[in-house]
Parts: sequence; C-alpha cells; structure tokens
Amino acid sequence: MPGFVVKAERDQLVKDRMAAFGEKVTAISQEADLVCIHVKKEAVHDLLKAMRDELGFAFLTTCCGMHFPGEAQEFGMVYHLHNMRAGHRIRIKCRTTANDLEYPTVTDLWPTANWMEREAWDFFGIKFKGHPNLKRILNMEDFPAFPMRKDYPLEDPTRQDKDDRYFGR
Amino acid sequence: MSKVEKPDYWQKDLVQGRDLRELTTLNLGPTHPATHGIFQNVLTLDGEIILETEQTIGYIHRAFEKLAERRPFYQITTLTDRMNYCSSPINNMGWHMTMEKLLGIELPKRVEYMRVIVMELARIADHIICNTIIGQDAGATTPFLYVYQWREKIYDIYEEICGARLTTNMGRIGGWERDFSELAWKRIRNIVDELPAGLKEFDSMLLRNRIFMDRTVNCGPIGGERALAYGFTGPNLRAAGVDYDVRVSDPYCSYQDFDFIVPIGTSGDTYDRFTVRQQEMKESVSIIRQALEKLDKLSDKTSIRADVPEWVLPPKEDVYSAMEPLIWHFKIVMGETEVPVGEVYHCVEGGNGELGFYLVSDGGRTPFRLHLRRPCYIYYQAYPEMIKGGMLSDAILTMSSMNVIAGELDA
Repeated sequence: MPGFVVKAERDQLVKDRMAAFGEKVTAISQEADLVCIHVKKEAVHDLLKAMRDELGFAFLTTCCGMHFPGEAQEFGMVYHLHNMRAGHRIRIKCRTTANDLEYPTVTDLWPTANWMEREAWDFFGIKFKGHPNLKRILNMEDFPAFPMRKDYPLEDPTRQDKDDRYFGR
Repeated sequence: MSKVEKPDYWQKDLVQGRDLRELTTLNLGPTHPATHGIFQNVLTLDGEIILETEQTIGYIHRAFEKLAERRPFYQITTLTDRMNYCSSPINNMGWHMTMEKLLGIELPKRVEYMRVIVMELARIADHIICNTIIGQDAGATTPFLYVYQWREKIYDIYEEICGARLTTNMGRIGGWERDFSELAWKRIRNIVDELPAGLKEFDSMLLRNRIFMDRTVNCGPIGGERALAYGFTGPNLRAAGVDYDVRVSDPYCSYQDFDFIVPIGTSGDTYDRFTVRQQEMKESVSIIRQALEKLDKLSDKTSIRADVPEWVLPPKEDVYSAMEPLIWHFKIVMGETEVPVGEVYHCVEGGNGELGFYLVSDGGRTPFRLHLRRPCYIYYQAYPEMIKGGMLSDAILTMSSMNVIAGELDA
C-alpha cells in the first residue's frame, strides 16, 4: 500500500478488500472518529491477517473485550489497528454469543496481543484458541468471577444509593 | 524451571554423563528497590546469565476500567492521575481531549497552548525521573540527587496551577478551571530559561561517560521490527529507530503549530533510550518556549475554556447570585449533563508512549465502557525477550530504562 494517499482513497482500498470476505463482513460503518468493520467470528483472524499483510495495518494498537448484557450477541472484541505509514487507524469489531466464547488468538500475528488477550480472559472470560499462556493477568489466579462483565457488582450489593437507574440505564 | 532448555554450551561440561551445573531461581521483586515499583520477575539463572523470565503483574491493580463505569465523566480525571503518576497532567489532558472529541468541543488556541505547556512540562518531569534512575541503577547517584531539583521546580508549577503536585487532576473537560497565576507564568519562564543549562550539566555527566556507556550500550536491545510487533510506542520505540510520535502522526491540541524534532536512536538499547529521552527534554523546552511566544502574539489574553457551561463549574460567586450558574453547578455536580451516544478512540503521546482512551458512551451518566491503552502494560511483555541471555545487572538497567510505571501497568 502506498505511503500517503488521501483518506477517501484509503477507505476505498479497505472497502474493496473487505468485499472479498463477502457476507462474513456484516457491516462497514463510519463512526464518530474511525471506520469500523464488523466481522463474524470465523473470519476475524483472516481479516486481521489481511489487514496486516495487504493493507498495511501492521500495528495492533489495542484490543479489548466488551460485554453487552441483554443482547443476543452478548460479548465482543474490539481491535484497533494502525497503519503508521499512511497515518490511518481502523476499528474492527467482532461479536459473539455467551455460549460461544472462544476467539482465535492473534498472538501469531502480533506477539503484543498476548497480554491484551489475557486481560480479555481475565476480565470478560473470553477464551482464545491457540493462545500460548492463557491465564489471569491482573487479578489473582483463583478469583471467582470475570469482573468487567456488567453483572459483576462494583459496589457493595447492600448499598441502596448506587442503583443502575441513577446512571441513566 | 523444567521447561528451560539447556544451553548448547553445557554439553562441554558434562563429566561422566553427569551434569555439574545447576540453575538458580531468583525472585526479582515484587518489592525490590531496583525495580522501582511492584513487579515480580522470577528469573531462571545460569550463574549470572538469564535464561528464562516469568513475569507477574497486577499487584496494585485498582480496576480503573470498572470504576470508570460508575463515575460521572468529569470524575474520571482523578483515575487517570494515578496511571502514569510521573506525568499525570498528560493523562488528565488526554482524558479531557477524549471527552471533547466525543462532545465535539473546539477549544480556543490560548487554552490549547496552555495545555501544550503543561504537557511538555510533564514530559520533562517524566523523562527526568526515568533518566536519573538509569544513572542511579548504573551507579551514578549524582543526577538522581541534583537533576531532580528540576522536577521539583516543575511540581512547583503544577502546584501553582492546580494546587497538587503529584496527582494533579488538572484542567477540566472544555478548558481550565482557572487562569494561570502570575507566579505560575513566572515559574514557567524561569524553567525555560534555566533548564537547558541543567540538562547540559546532566549530559556532561553521563552522555559520553565511559563507565556509563560501557554499562548501557548494547544492554537490553530490541530492533525496530520486533519493537513494533510488541506494540512499543514512545521513546522506547523511537530508540529502536522508528520515528512514530503521536504528536506528529495524529496532532492533537495544536501540536501541528509547533516546530520540533522527533529524536530517534538506532539499536534500541538502554543507551539509546537514555539519549532519546535526553534529546526529547530539550525539544520539550523548545516547544514550551514556542508556546510562550505564540501566547504573547495571541490577541486573546483571557479565555481559559470553550463555551461549555455544562462541563466547567461556574465561579462560586455566580452560583450564589444567578440562576443559570446555579443550575449548571447542580447539574455538573450530579453528573446530569447530556452526552451523545458514540465511540471515540483518542490517543496522546504520554511520557512513555501512546496513551489511548477508547470510550464507548451509551448516553448514560457514566461511560458504558472505557478501555485504557496503557503503553507500558503493552510493551513490558517484551521484557523477558530483551533480557534473555544477558547479565542480571543488565536486566535491572533494562527495566529502569523502559520507564515501566507500576500505576499504569496495573491500572
């Protein structure tokens, strides 16, 4: 991919390449700051590999887990990639259901994904197939829950003043 | 320990089929004066050579991401203070800018230049801490005692601006809580005038010091490609020869108005990390000087915030005497101001790398999700690879030169 192309052209390059994934790419949306690609879980590894090798998004900025309680696709991973030469960032989202919590690991593409995926496992209980050392990282080893899930209470459950209704949801 | 492969050279030392050597397991940390923070590294050593490292982190994990889901947006600033506490103003400003990106607030130039000044002061303070500690770990205590006075002077400036020295909670979403005082401006001007001489002194002590170079050159090196694969950013990546700087690649806060050099190294070793930081401090001084000049040229001498009454607390005397400020005061304190639904990723060049905030808002009173990209959490995982095959004493130096901050690592 050439180093400096204008933003519209870069977005078009991405869209053209995504067409090859057919219906596995469920949507390409323009969010407030970045272009976001929604992909099905079975294609996420191939898509990230194509991003890295063909479109120049060679830097994994961050990846993190998400939890949307009450939705059919309850869990998700969000990857932020960066094409440093072109100065182009992109967001890739991949949602899954609560009973299918195993993603392919991307540690083979970026060694830096190692701890990021361990964090996702530690806090959301998302598993990564092929991860070399998938164990808790920030919480203690025998911690009984996945604390970033929305159903894990932050406050003392006997407290009355921290009701979700007061937080606008 | 069983998984450690025996090095090739051991074969020569087999006597009658018996292996006479033994491996040592050494706990470096969790609390050790040389780790400058609470990290544990279980090292497997052959004599003084490191064969294998197992890292344990999370000793001061405080669940900032979870806490942020139960805090009104303006209260999250205090959490960011406690990440990289060597340069908390950068974290504060990074968070304010993330919110401003979500809300679509544009700031007056004067506010942005004031932010640049504070962020560059924070960068200098951060680099002073890191580089003097490299000296300290290499046996040179003098910089740690003498160059640190500049950090104290920078903290005096913070104190004059916001009242705190370490966990600053500086500025507000949409601008500043108050204008800098005359004393603060005077101190900033003083530091711009005096710091270059102090840095020169620091340079003359270590930069071409034979002993220091012997200790740091080729100590804990990492190549550019490997550094990118490991997600390095900031001075550590630039020391490996990649000229990536968020201030240049994604300019925020009017950094595009400034003229500065992005120093890079070649071999990514401890010495390069040291020199890159030394040079960056000089560039930061130059940026502050430019900012002061630009502020002098601006016709706007008073504005300290964008027009966002819903985010910045009104002056107290107005709250007691007028209706509008009273309403805003109440709404801000109760966290009742409207936030659009949306997602933003915003990053700033922190003291040790790209500090990113991925904010998902569902229109509620708090973030739906806030993911923090903490640079040292991401690059610290390369540490075993960087020290493998080296000496134990090099491992200490490598760690201090990576600028790993426990508060940010464990978030």
